[in-house]
Amino acid sequence: MTISNTVKITDELIASHGLKPDEYQRILELVGRVPTFTELGIFSAMWNEHCSYKSSKKWLRTLPTKGDVVIQGPGENAGVVDIGDGECVVFKMESHNHPSYIEPYQGAATGVGGILRDVFTMGARPVAAMNALRFGAPDHPKTKHLVAGVVAGVGGYGNSFGVPTVGGEVNFDPRYNGNILVNAFAAGLAKTDGIFLSKAEGVGLPVVYLGAKTGRDGVGGATMASAEFGDDIEEKRPTVQVGDPFTEKCLLEACLELMASGAVIAIQDMGAAGLTCSAVEMGAKGDLGIELDLDMVPVREERMTAYEMMLSESQERMLMVLKPEKEEEAEGIFRKWGLDFAIVGKTTDDLRFRVLHQGEEVANLPIKELGDEAPEYDRPWVEPKTHEPLAKDDIPHADVADALLKLLGSANMSSRRWVWEQYDTLIQGNSLQLPGGDAGVVRVEGHATKALAFSSDVTPRYCEADPYEGGKQAVAECWRNLTATGAEPLAATDNLNFGNPERPEIMGQFTKAVTGIGDACRALGFPIVSGNVSLYNETNGQGILPTPTIGGVGLIRDWSKMARIGFAAEGEAILLVGAPASWGTHLAQSVYMRDIHGRTDGPPPAVDLEHEKKVGDFVRALIADGIATAVHDLSDGGLAVGLAEMAMASGIGATVNQLKDLSPIPVFFGEDQGRYLVTIPRDRVDWFYQERVKDTGVFAPWIGTTGGSELKLGDARAIAVSAMREAHEAWFPQFMDNELSNA
Amino acid sequence: MKSAVVVLPGLNRDRDMIAALTKISGTAPVTIWETDTDIPDVDLIVIPGGFSYGDYLRCGAIAARMPVMRAVAEKAAKGVQVIGVCNGFQILVESGLLPGALMRNTSLKFVCREVKLQVANANTAFTHRYKPGQIIRCPVAHHDGNYFADAETLARIEGQGQVVFRYAEGTNPNGAINDIAGIVNDKGNVLGLMPHPENLIEPAHGGTDGRGLFESALGVAA
Repeated sequence: MTISNTVKITDELIASHGLKPDEYQRILELVGRVPTFTELGIFSAMWNEHCSYKSSKKWLRTLPTKGDVVIQGPGENAGVVDIGDGECVVFKMESHNHPSYIEPYQGAATGVGGILRDVFTMGARPVAAMNALRFGAPDHPKTKHLVAGVVAGVGGYGNSFGVPTVGGEVNFDPRYNGNILVNAFAAGLAKTDGIFLSKAEGVGLPVVYLGAKTGRDGVGGATMASAEFGDDIEEKRPTVQVGDPFTEKCLLEACLELMASGAVIAIQDMGAAGLTCSAVEMGAKGDLGIELDLDMVPVREERMTAYEMMLSESQERMLMVLKPEKEEEAEGIFRKWGLDFAIVGKTTDDLRFRVLHQGEEVANLPIKELGDEAPEYDRPWVEPKTHEPLAKDDIPHADVADALLKLLGSANMSSRRWVWEQYDTLIQGNSLQLPGGDAGVVRVEGHATKALAFSSDVTPRYCEADPYEGGKQAVAECWRNLTATGAEPLAATDNLNFGNPERPEIMGQFTKAVTGIGDACRALGFPIVSGNVSLYNETNGQGILPTPTIGGVGLIRDWSKMARIGFAAEGEAILLVGAPASWGTHLAQSVYMRDIHGRTDGPPPAVDLEHEKKVGDFVRALIADGIATAVHDLSDGGLAVGLAEMAMASGIGATVNQLKDLSPIPVFFGEDQGRYLVTIPRDRVDWFYQERVKDTGVFAPWIGTTGGSELKLGDARAIAVSAMREAHEAWFPQFMDNELSNA
Repeated sequence: MKSAVVVLPGLNRDRDMIAALTKISGTAPVTIWETDTDIPDVDLIVIPGGFSYGDYLRCGAIAARMPVMRAVAEKAAKGVQVIGVCNGFQILVESGLLPGALMRNTSLKFVCREVKLQVANANTAFTHRYKPGQIIRCPVAHHDGNYFADAETLARIEGQGQVVFRYAEGTNPNGAINDIAGIVNDKGNVLGLMPHPENLIEPAHGGTDGRGLFESALGVAA
C-alpha cells in the first residue's frame, strides 16, 4: 500500500496522530498553511510525549544535573561522567514498556539495542548493561509469557551484541498486569577527548545514512508509546520494531573505527521517530537547516512513501555529518562491515527541514521550531493522599523463622538466577561482581585498580504510598547499593515510569517523585545526567505503580578492596551500621506486611538524607581502609532478609542477638532506611568503636557473630543456610517450569 | 610461540581471547579477517566465541564458508594448532574440521554460569599442563552447546581419546551426549570446546583454572 502525500488533513487524521486541536492550531501558525501528510507525520513524531517531554519538561528542569565530574548532562544521547585518567563513563537508561507488552521478545530486544546505540553514538564502547523489569501478578495469565519473552529478548540482543549484563531488577505486582516495564540501562567507556555529539557544524556538508536498511517496522512507534492501551492492543503489533543484534555489533565496530579516523563531525542514532528525529536534532542543535533526499535512503521494502520513511523505526541505523574529504575512507569502513552507507542529504543555512521524494518537496518546515517550539504543558496536579502512621501497638505477629523462609521463597524476594543465567554476565572478561550482590562491578580495562559499580533501584510500593519519599528512597537505595561495594557514587540516570499525566492524581505522583529525586540527588551529590520519561502506562484507565527507576554509577578506586555481600569468615562480628536505637522500627509498606499479612497501609519509611550521607560515607571509608570484610545494605525484608542474603552468598551462618522486651518483628522485618550490615574481625571490635565510631554520631551496634551453618535470629528457631538457599532458589524455576503449557 | 585470532563480523569474545593470549604469552596475537586467505606463519590459530554473522543460519554455518576458513583448514592440515571456543567450536564443526554437531541446549535457553570440567585427556597439545582427570572450574555462555554425534562417531572419538573435556559433577549445562564439553580431531591438533577458559585466567576473574589450556598450547611456563 502506498500513501499519497496529498491525503486530506481531517480532524480525524489529526486525532489519530495523537495531536490535540490546539496543537494542530500551533502547527498551522508555524507552517503558515495546511501541512502535508508527511509534515503532519513529522509533527506527530516530534511532538508526542515520548520525544518532546511536553508534560514532564517543566519538572525535569528542577533536577540537579551538574557536578564536578559531569562532562555532559541531559540533552544528548547519554550522560558523560569523568572517571579520571582521561577516561569517562557514558550511560543512560531508557524504557521500552509499550512495545515489550505488545511483543515481549522484540520489544525487550530493541530496548536493549536502543540504549546500547545511545551509548556508542557518543563514542563509547559499551561495557555493562542492566535491566529493570516489572511484570504483573505471577498468576495473571499473561505474566509467564511476558517474563519468558522479555528475558529471552534482553538476553538475545545483549548476548549477541557482546555486553555483560551485570545487574537489574525483576518484580511482580498486579498493577503491572496491563503495562509491564522494561527499563534498559547501558554504560560505556570513552576517552574524555573522544566524545561525539549530535550538533551539526558547517554548511553544505554531506549528511550520511549508515547501518541497516529502512523498512516499515515501527512506523508510528513513538506515538503509540505516548498513548494508553485499550482493548485494541493486538492491532498495535506492527508498530513494534524488530532487532538485529548482529548488525548492531557491526555498527558499533564500524562507528568506533570511523570515529577514530577523525571523519565524524556529528552523529545521532535513529531511535524513536527515526530519520525525522535524528535529522531535526542534528540541524536544530547546530543552527543549521537539513535537506534530505529520500530517494537515496537505503530501503528494504518496495514503494515506501515519504511518510513511512520519515516515521520508520527500523533499528540499527545512524545519521552522521562527515568531513567531505574523509567520505571515501568512511565508506570503506562501512562496506568492510557489510553496512549500508549512503549520502542522503546536506546541511544548509536556511534553518529549514526540507524533505525531497521522487522530485517532489514533501516537507518544508522550520527546523528550530520543530523541536524547540514543541508544546509544553504545566499539567494540573493534586497533592497525593498521605497515610497515617501505624499505631504503636499495631505489630501483626508471625513466627520469625517461618516468615523469613516464606519471604525468601516469595515471588518478589526469591533468587533471580533463572533470569540472569540467561544473560551473558562474563563477556569482555572484566566482570568483578555479578548479579545477586548489591551492585554489579566491572573493572576498567587497561587500568590496574579502577572499577565501576552499577545499580538500578526503586521501590514502587513506597512511591505509591508517598511519591515524594519514594522518589527520595529510590535515589538513596541506589546510592547505598553502590556504596556497599566501596564505590564512590558518581551520578545517575532516571527512567520515570508513570500513568496518564492528563489525570491530576498521576501528575501529582510525578511532580512529587521528581521533587524527591531532586532533593535526594542534591543532598547526596549524585546528579542526574541522562534519563527518559515513560508516561501513559495505563490500560483501560488503570495506571501502574509510580516507578521512577534510578540507575546509578559509582567509581571504585581499588577493586582489590571492594566489598561483597557474602560473610567472609566464621567468628566475625556483625555490625548494624546506621541503625536506630532499637535496630529496626518501620513496618508500614514493608514486604513483611504485604507478603505475610496482606497489608499495604501506612506510610513508607522516610529517608533522612543527612543521616544517609553520613552513614554511607562512614561505610565507604571502612571498605577503603580494608576494615570491613563483608558489606550489605538493608532494603526489602529488612535485617532478617539482609542477614539471610549474606549467609546464602557465603554458606556461613550467623547468630544474632535479640533486644530484650522488644517485639522481634520490627527489629527483624522493619525497613528503616540508611542501614548497612558490616562484618569485621572480632579482635577489631574494641578498636572499631574507639577509633572509627568515636564521636561520628553513627550508631553501629554489634548485633551478632558469623559462624556455623544456620541462621539464628534471636529467640527464633535456627534455619539451616541450605534450607534458606533451597527456598530462595526454588520459586523462579518452579514458576516458569510450566511456561510452555501456560503461554 | 606466535598466535593468531580469527575476527569475523558478529564474533564478540575476540577481545577476551586476545587479552588472554596476550596476558599469558606476553605477545599480542595477530588478527585475521573474514576475507584473509593468507594466514601469517603462526603456531596457534584461535577462533573465539560470539555470534558470527548473527548465527542466523545454523550456528557457525556461514562463518564455515568464508574464505578465511579454507585457509585455516589448510593450516590445520599442515599441523598448525587450532582452537575454537564456543562459536569457534561450532564453526570448526560446520567446517568439517571436527566431528559431530552442536544442537540447541536442552533447556532451549541461553545459559551463562560456571561449570566443572574434567580433563578427560591430559595427553594433548592443549591439556598437558593439567593432571589426568583433574577437575577444573570454567564458565559457559551459549545457546547451542548440546554436543551430539552418531553412535559410530561417538565410539570412535571416545575410543581414540578425542574427548578432552567433560562436564563433571552433574554440571552439564546443555544436555551434551556423554557430557562432552570439548574434543580434538584425530590428529590431535584441532581443539573445539564450548566453555570459555579465556574468562578464567586471572585473579580478577575469580580463578585461573583456564590458564592451563593456553599454557599448554602456547608452550609457556605456568
